[in-house]
Amino acid sequence: MTGGVQTLLVANRGEIALRIVRAAQELGIRSVAVCSEVDVDSLHVEHADSHVVIGPASATKSYLNVDALLAAAEEAGADSVHPGYGFLSENAEFAQRVIDAGLTWVGPAPEAIRQMGDKAAARAAAERADVPTVPGSDGPVSGLDEAREVAETVGYPLAIKASAGGGGRGIRIVANPEELAAQVPVAQAEAKAAFGSGEVYLERFVARAKHIEVQVIGDGTRAIHFGERECSLQRRRQKVIEEAPAPGLPDSVREELTASAVRLAERVGYSGAGTVEYLYDPAIQEFFFIEMNTRIQVEHPVTEMITGHDLVKEQLLIAAGNALSITQDDVQFTGHSIEARLNAENPDFDFLPSPGHLDVFRMPGGPFVRVDSGFEAGRGVPPFYDSMLAKIIVWGRDRDEALSRLARALDEVEVQGIATTVAFKRRLLDLPEVRSGDYHTTYLEDMLRAEGSSDKEAT
Amino acid sequence: MPEHVVKSPLPGVFYRRPSPDDPVFVEEGAEVTAEQTIGLVEVMKQFAEVKAGAAGTLSSFAVENESTVGPGDDIATIETS
Repeated sequence: MTGGVQTLLVANRGEIALRIVRAAQELGIRSVAVCSEVDVDSLHVEHADSHVVIGPASATKSYLNVDALLAAAEEAGADSVHPGYGFLSENAEFAQRVIDAGLTWVGPAPEAIRQMGDKAAARAAAERADVPTVPGSDGPVSGLDEAREVAETVGYPLAIKASAGGGGRGIRIVANPEELAAQVPVAQAEAKAAFGSGEVYLERFVARAKHIEVQVIGDGTRAIHFGERECSLQRRRQKVIEEAPAPGLPDSVREELTASAVRLAERVGYSGAGTVEYLYDPAIQEFFFIEMNTRIQVEHPVTEMITGHDLVKEQLLIAAGNALSITQDDVQFTGHSIEARLNAENPDFDFLPSPGHLDVFRMPGGPFVRVDSGFEAGRGVPPFYDSMLAKIIVWGRDRDEALSRLARALDEVEVQGIATTVAFKRRLLDLPEVRSGDYHTTYLEDMLRAEGSSDKEAT
Repeated sequence: MPEHVVKSPLPGVFYRRPSPDDPVFVEEGAEVTAEQTIGLVEVMKQFAEVKAGAAGTLSSFAVENESTVGPGDDIATIETS
């Protein structure tokens, strides 16, 4: 069953490396961990059958070092490579190098990674698969006349975006034709000054948008979905709390949304696990494709909790050359799951990273609580990598039970030696908008900003 | 000659360039102002700027580009007059 995957090189670190090692163990696959010089004494190394030290602490010299990883695979006699998430997981060139070395790549084909990694190509693929994309101008608009034409078909409110901008910079929102006429020249001038190019394009502006994503797995021919996840609680574009299913999503929308993700995966002949991300506008119950992530995601456990399917095992089985062993009807959804990420950051100092030694590291337990972590008490948290310490995932029969359970679980967490975000996450669970599920992608940052300014007024 | 030693504020990886394709923030031997950025320290994927902290001539760096630093480690020496 795992023919081409007998000895698996896990090209990652921390909780996801351990997560992959565990899936391999359950399938009877030998696992080979890799680590940098500062990670030798870490849990993923300890759990794997063997390990190879691939370089110094700096990620560019170790976990991002393609030559070192391929040499490690050869040295350990690995026949396959699982990239995890982050690092080289969405690097088409690395995938190709793995394949060229005669190894099995646990992930989609390099062409699929490349296609989905290119915004324009991904959008075109979505359109071909009849997946709705954010309506807007087809590329840059030359001037006000063209902007008016676009506005007539797309409607208001509209975002005027600088082509060379990004990360939320260089965006102006207009609500009517008068504002459009006033703002297009200003936006062009501003873009020219800020980014060196005056090129702007138009897009429908979705206020109070939700981030909803659909988990899919394909075998190159057929694809199925494992439902959606809602990840709208974000800070600096990092997801803070994730849950499944998406609260308040009407069943009819859910059906269309998940079907569209399957259409896209099948259309591009997708093989392996992937996530199709959407913006959802609850006011008009419409969703729009943003991008497809061609890897396993951090928040995959909430999907596992409500479906009972081990997604990493499925990845390994598909990579080994098996067709999907299940049909869409085999994926049944039960209850509600929520994940909170615990990070080594200090919320009292603008989330300043807090590496150091874990003097105490007590994680929660009890019914329906899952903890995925690459750390334990007595070990160090190096300053060189991501700040995530653990994912605390709970399941409940319904959303209320899951929320209470997560609150209880977070109350059990005790970490000493470094600062963590546990109290911050716990506090979020008491917010009325979080309790009701009525939150959107800018909710958390708006809240933090409002708190920051009221703090200043108070002092 | 009086000297000012620039220390790393955090543990992490020290960079002399804003990004791999850019020129260095400052060459050895160049004049700097106290407010000038002379490098970055990356800690857990966040970047903190390292300021000169004193005006003068940056005579030498104590660490190479992309080397690891601990909090309080020497980064560079500035001759202040």
